[in-house]
Amino acid sequence: MGATGIIFRREFGAYVRSPMGYIVAAVVLLLDGILFYALALGPRTGELLSGEVLMRFFYYASGLTAIAAVALSIRLIAEERAAGTQLLLNTSPVRDWEIVLGKFLSALAFLSAITVATLYMPLMILVNGKIAFGHIVVGYLGLTFLGAAVLSIGLFATALTRHQLVAAASASVITGTLFLLWPLSQMVGPPLSRVFAALAIHGRHWAGFQQGLFHLRDIVYYVALTYFFLYAATKVMEAKRWE
Amino acid sequence: MVHLSDVTKYYGKKRALGPVSFEIERGDTVGFLGLNGVGKTTLLKILACGLRPSSGTVTIDGLDILDEPHEVRKRVGYLPELPPVYGDMTVGDYLNFAGRIRGLTPEAVARRIPEVEEYARIAEVHDMPARNLSQGYRQRVGVAQAIIHDPDLLILDEPTHDLDPVQIMEMRGMIRALKDSHTILISSHILPEISQTCDRLLILNDGEVVASGTEAELGDTLLRSRGMVVTVRPVGTAGADGSVGGDADAGGAGDAAAQATIEALERVIQSVPGVTGVRLPDRPARAIASAGALAIRVDGEADVRAPVCRALVEAGHDVIGLTRAERELERVFVELVGGAEA
Repeated sequence: MGATGIIFRREFGAYVRSPMGYIVAAVVLLLDGILFYALALGPRTGELLSGEVLMRFFYYASGLTAIAAVALSIRLIAEERAAGTQLLLNTSPVRDWEIVLGKFLSALAFLSAITVATLYMPLMILVNGKIAFGHIVVGYLGLTFLGAAVLSIGLFATALTRHQLVAAASASVITGTLFLLWPLSQMVGPPLSRVFAALAIHGRHWAGFQQGLFHLRDIVYYVALTYFFLYAATKVMEAKRWE
Repeated sequence: MVHLSDVTKYYGKKRALGPVSFEIERGDTVGFLGLNGVGKTTLLKILACGLRPSSGTVTIDGLDILDEPHEVRKRVGYLPELPPVYGDMTVGDYLNFAGRIRGLTPEAVARRIPEVEEYARIAEVHDMPARNLSQGYRQRVGVAQAIIHDPDLLILDEPTHDLDPVQIMEMRGMIRALKDSHTILISSHILPEISQTCDRLLILNDGEVVASGTEAELGDTLLRSRGMVVTVRPVGTAGADGSVGGDADAGGAGDAAAQATIEALERVIQSVPGVTGVRLPDRPARAIASAGALAIRVDGEADVRAPVCRALVEAGHDVIGLTRAERELERVFVELVGGAEA
């Protein structure tokens, strides 16, 4: 196991050992459950097709996944700086990209575990309604891609500072801006509207996953966004490693 | 082993260190001594590849820290002033992580953990979360992580920081035991810690090395004053059961005789060329009455041991003891960094 794997194990263990990981998981699962009850099991259930219920579930789950990703990522580096443990990593023969990747993968694994814990809700729709299993798989892949992208933004933000609140604010501003690009693209004319729509994290690129449609361009977008912010986080780490 | 050439560190326009140049041989134990804020931690962080110098070159084991940082890091163990311990991990898991992150194989780290735990005497807290450790244990765990990969160079920044006297003694014992197998650099502003564990001292002031050498060399060459304590049995004093002019507490003629003897002793010593100061103990008359002798602190511009002894003997007194004055290092330190009167 390389340095990435060693850091992954430590960071994943930190989520499991700390109350913060459980609090994030509990809040996400509770809100997912409440929204699912309101949309799928509530009084207006009969007016919606089961496919529409599933799409609405993924729509709200995507917002909660993004919030959870910010909450999980902000501690990753800022906490180390505040506690002084960053010195152990900085004075060890570990490359910055290995640190960033190990931390990113640990957060993604924990976020994925939370996301998978919501699987019983779409499965209830599958059992009681008429939806394709593939729709569920594609929807969860979309949540994973979206979660990875927001985690990378959070990792970039936490690399900038030793204060978790500052990291949370920075990550929220970047993520919020990328979310707002979609409604903004509806308000402005071309060519700006096309640029905004192409860059929006939640809109054109998310809609396909929500509907159970698999578009290569959406995958490329999320992978590129994730890579960009992980690269930026690595560069920040490199710049700050010798400070 | 360690070579620094014209190394400086600036934070903006403020100079935190340098220029400093020195070499440290393999196997040396070197203490960096200085007041808080003079650049000790900056210097050690540069040596641990945790801080980039603004200028100059640093090589460790022949490797430039900027050109081959990872190779250098494999050879260095570093204990910062605040031990970098993850509170959520048990001590055993933490040492496993520290060993693996420094390149040890799972087998090697499993073999090494019991060794360093025994060495640092932390085996009993192996399964305890680090957040529950006392400061003393945290510091020892910090040392254990620094030596887990058996580095050639061990850097300890204020290793006795926040420890109680018993823990300080234990830490000194650990450092002494490490001297045989490592080159060690220690920083501290606590003088006994440095003098009791290091072979050589580098004294820093305002970011620069203002003196280096052994404790004796610093005392001899820099202070230009050799303090000593000469123990004298004044003329007419037989021993512990005797007295000079009777019991000093008896008052009257006894007191006057004792006082006259003491003043005579002072005059004899002060008459020696080169003597700059004579300090008597508190209640000298009582000391003579009880011990039959007087321990007098004598300072001089040069080595005045022989002339002082000769003068005392010629005056009829017995010299029954002669030692270097204690706290010599403190005098050097204050002289160099504070400019205060020693």
